[in-house]
Amino acid sequence: MTTLNPSPTGLQPILNPQAHHAPGNFITKYIFSTDHKIIAIQFMFTTLLMMIVGGVLALAVRWQLAFPWESMPIVGPWLFAAEGGQISPEFYTMLFTMHATVMIFLVIIPILAGTFGNLLIPLMIGADDMAFPRLNMLSYWFMWPAIACFGMSFAYAGGPAAGWTSYPILADLAQAAPGSGTAQTLWLLGVTFIGFSSMMGSINYMTTIINMRAPGMTFFRLPMTIWGLFITAILQAFALPVLTAGGFMQVTDRLLGTCFFYPSGLVINNAAPTVGGGQALLWQHLFWFYSHPAVYIMLLPVMGMVSDMLSCMCRKPLFGYKPMVISMSAIASLGFIVWGHHMYTSGMNPAVGMAFMVATMMIALPSAVKTFNWTATIWGGKVEFNTVTLNCIAFLSMFIVGGLSGIFMAAVPVDVYFHDTYFIVAHFHYVLFGATLFGVFAAIHFWFPKMFGRMMNEKLGKTHFVLTFIGANGTFFPMHFLGMQGMPRRYADPYLHGYLEHLLPMNQFMTISAIVMGFAQILLFINIFYSMFFGPKAGRNPWNATTLEWTTPSPPGHGNFDFIPMVYHGPNEYAVVNGNKDFLMQTEKESLPANEAVATNTLDET
Amino acid sequence: MGKGWCLFFLFWPIAAVVSCAMAPFVGWSFPYNNAQAASNLGIRIDDLFYIILIVTAIVFVGTQAVLVYALWRGANNREERATNIHGNHKLELIWSIIPGAILLFLAIYQMNIWADFRIKKYYPEAAVKDPLAEVTARQFEWRFRYPAIGKKLQQKPQPDDLYSVNELHVPFGKPVMIQLRSDDVQHSFFLPALRIKQDALPGLQIPVWFEANKPGTYDLVCAELCGWGHYKMKAHVIVQPEDEYQAYLKNLTQKQFYDGLGKIAAKDTGTESEAVEK
Repeated sequence: MTTLNPSPTGLQPILNPQAHHAPGNFITKYIFSTDHKIIAIQFMFTTLLMMIVGGVLALAVRWQLAFPWESMPIVGPWLFAAEGGQISPEFYTMLFTMHATVMIFLVIIPILAGTFGNLLIPLMIGADDMAFPRLNMLSYWFMWPAIACFGMSFAYAGGPAAGWTSYPILADLAQAAPGSGTAQTLWLLGVTFIGFSSMMGSINYMTTIINMRAPGMTFFRLPMTIWGLFITAILQAFALPVLTAGGFMQVTDRLLGTCFFYPSGLVINNAAPTVGGGQALLWQHLFWFYSHPAVYIMLLPVMGMVSDMLSCMCRKPLFGYKPMVISMSAIASLGFIVWGHHMYTSGMNPAVGMAFMVATMMIALPSAVKTFNWTATIWGGKVEFNTVTLNCIAFLSMFIVGGLSGIFMAAVPVDVYFHDTYFIVAHFHYVLFGATLFGVFAAIHFWFPKMFGRMMNEKLGKTHFVLTFIGANGTFFPMHFLGMQGMPRRYADPYLHGYLEHLLPMNQFMTISAIVMGFAQILLFINIFYSMFFGPKAGRNPWNATTLEWTTPSPPGHGNFDFIPMVYHGPNEYAVVNGNKDFLMQTEKESLPANEAVATNTLDET
Repeated sequence: MGKGWCLFFLFWPIAAVVSCAMAPFVGWSFPYNNAQAASNLGIRIDDLFYIILIVTAIVFVGTQAVLVYALWRGANNREERATNIHGNHKLELIWSIIPGAILLFLAIYQMNIWADFRIKKYYPEAAVKDPLAEVTARQFEWRFRYPAIGKKLQQKPQPDDLYSVNELHVPFGKPVMIQLRSDDVQHSFFLPALRIKQDALPGLQIPVWFEANKPGTYDLVCAELCGWGHYKMKAHVIVQPEDEYQAYLKNLTQKQFYDGLGKIAAKDTGTESEAVEK
């Protein structure tokens, strides 16, 4: 390592901080920006906007389940004038299809990879920007054609109504459902566009992490957040092409008369029998080959971020850094070979089901290791109960529930009963809302100062947290009971069936909880917009955290670092003796007292 | 304030455990007020479910309790600094091996049930030889095709086959097999009371076997999204003693081949009486 005028803090000055690219004028700086931080903020506001859309769709679904065939409040009379203000069953299928689509493709995946991937990767590894800044800009702008496609699909004959899984034959042949016309084609195009966006992102992240780490930033000194995003990018890059290919096959089935997904001789809607030689099962394999890993795409970045945040908020090093990395990789690699557990009842060869079952069971193992390690990180820490911590603990608490209900699903015979009932809905809402979104809320509060240079309001943050936590548990926990009683998913009116008649009060309770949870999100938005302009100013390192982004000004200027950061050790050096501080930034070279140095080095050097 | 938050996080697992413990008594458990599964295999599936429930309940209570306790300790930590620990090999080995062993046990334990349930080699021979009926799902109803009394179900519909819609009659106490197919989109044959579920795939004929052990009328619903009327696929499976079942088939034959003159077409009565003699 050659030294260029070492500064007192051990940092080295950058010869030309603007060398990478210049910020330019207002439009190139804030709108068509190539700066990863601006792109992150663009992603954040877009995805939060989409979260409102997805949330409203969810509330409409819940309205129907609590008050079936009753006029929808506010929007009902003008939206469904013909039906007397009530939701039609066609519209209901569109509602849950688009709720899932929006939440998965336009909220959770882009808020993790898009917002936090963009914001944190260059900052945490000590780079001035992404490897391909223009590709990065494109990855944001490719969200908009996707949003346009999904938005337009609402306008065509009731919208896409084949579920977010888009199973053929329902989604494949236009005559199969009222919403299966142009709307479904647009839906498929939307998924393809958002796929392009994710793909550009993941290529960029992989390249950046591999090539642009600051001097001294070895792989095993990367913060867990970066590990999470890195493994996610790899998953994305390998799984996504399969979905894109499948999507194209479905589009050609719909538009060009190929027949990948439907056999001959079907009589749909009293039309002439179909010609064909395809098989609907093929779509399920292609779809889940992407969409199972996608579950981890929606979870691993949060796992990483929560590891870093918990460690900071408990002022303790992360318990078992290497096992955490290994278990993350194990989850990702096992994630590739378990897609079949979505298909136990599908009619595929049952012998294959056994292999999928064993692999699925084994995924619980690294997940358990992670849970234990997080708990051990809290153990013996000095916990500060701020909004970030609370959301992180909610993540952990709800991830445990989602993980444990996953074991029921992995067990094939039990899954046969639970498949496509509300038990599954409970499970993935605990993972995707309970775990992922609480992690995201924590991350927004934690990195907000780095994005806008100001702190968020604690009182508002805590109120938002309490209402969301109560609302989420009140909404999603009873779903387990609905599932046990055999209530299938996607029923506009389950009470039509005698054995489900008595579930109405439970559904009403859940809807009230969902409304509480939905309205609580308004507090989050108020908090974000208020704090952006009026929040107390944050210094460089408001949380006394250790990773590289906290050595930059808040918010960092174009090109990020004043100095090329030198990295001397792992990411979570808390609880050390270091003057009057209890933490050691990654750039601080100070030698640790003998006993602690031993403890630290065992992890870094082995 | 930290302690208050600990109580907040303690409250929710307690609420979860209490509501789960309440569930069987207030009818929040398996269908028909937590009735036992109406098939022998269903009972084995329930047992497996309860084993997993016990395991997960212990883990749930344990992890949530430790989490809250760790928070409690953290909130009251008066030390100048938190403890500096980077990990513990022994501890991590323990908490990898124990869950690993439990999961492996669960995985192996359930293989038999799965094999008996789905792998055709293990199907009861009598049921395979003589399928009860062909079940065809279509938007949005269930159609059933039985062979004529005394005959075997053929791949192709026969002139003397018996048909019914949304009502499947099944004799109890003996394994029966149905041939499941779909005319249009994907559906799923879901009998909650028997813990049976199998997707009906267009273009395929999937054999499904079950053995009802309790007479009664059970709901048959569709569990795979099949269009706007998905929720309307309402049918019943009526499990009855063998003689009542035969009487039903006879009745069905009479209704179906009734010529409007109070007689049944000669050809069909012939086959029927032959069957009875045999």
